[in-house]
Amino acid sequence: MPGSDWHYNQPMMMQLTVRLFALYRERAGVREFPLELPGGATVADLTDAVRLRFPRLAPPDVQIVVAVNADYAEPETALNPGDDVCLIPPVSGG
Amino acid sequence: MRQSNMREDNMIELTAQPLDPDKFTSAVRRSTNGAVVTFLGTTRDNFEGKRVLTLEYEAFDEMAVKKLEEVRQELLAEFGLDEIAIGHRTGTVGIGEISLVVAVGSPHRKQGFYACHKAVDRIKEVVPIWKKEVYQDGSRWVACEDHEFAPEHEAALEGI
Repeated sequence: MPGSDWHYNQPMMMQLTVRLFALYRERAGVREFPLELPGGATVADLTDAVRLRFPRLAPPDVQIVVAVNADYAEPETALNPGDDVCLIPPVSGG
Repeated sequence: MRQSNMREDNMIELTAQPLDPDKFTSAVRRSTNGAVVTFLGTTRDNFEGKRVLTLEYEAFDEMAVKKLEEVRQELLAEFGLDEIAIGHRTGTVGIGEISLVVAVGSPHRKQGFYACHKAVDRIKEVVPIWKKEVYQDGSRWVACEDHEFAPEHEAALEGI
């Protein structure tokens, strides 16, 4: 049994909805899915969790590009509850 | 069908409807300009010898409009231009149709050509729009070659 203060060591969890487009949408078979991450999680933590959930989304040696609130985000960018998170496969407009 | 997503001043348009290039060239014409340079991206009917039947464009609408506007502002500032208008199609686009219009109004032709060239390159780099070529026997998301799984990756995923 954990001690009475065990919950103080548990990070607050945040709920996010992850949206997928094009190749990622087709490979995952969903347009979006809910994801729970610890408070303070970064974009890199998010892509790690996404790869566990969908191992066939992208090969391990390619980076999964993420947009947070409709802007490209770096792997070290911290996420906040309610952020609009989208996975961006290589773009090919024109 | 997706609604046309046009900004109030009509200089950026993301639409499932056919693009009319005249609308874009007219929007950038000024009596202070000596040139209008217009690029039309049109859908091609072949890829490496395979016949392309149609193209499917998908966009992350909110971000695509935002990035198109950023590209527009970047080039207006860099080349000291008055106006650039950009239109991009979404959804199913038939072969030979216009998928992209970039119209640049410029006091002099050189800046117009440079700005138009750079605008198209930037759009292809940063705007979250994807195209899928549809063939008789399958389809392909363009520019996603690096996402093909190598045999060793496939082996590692066996049983997952």
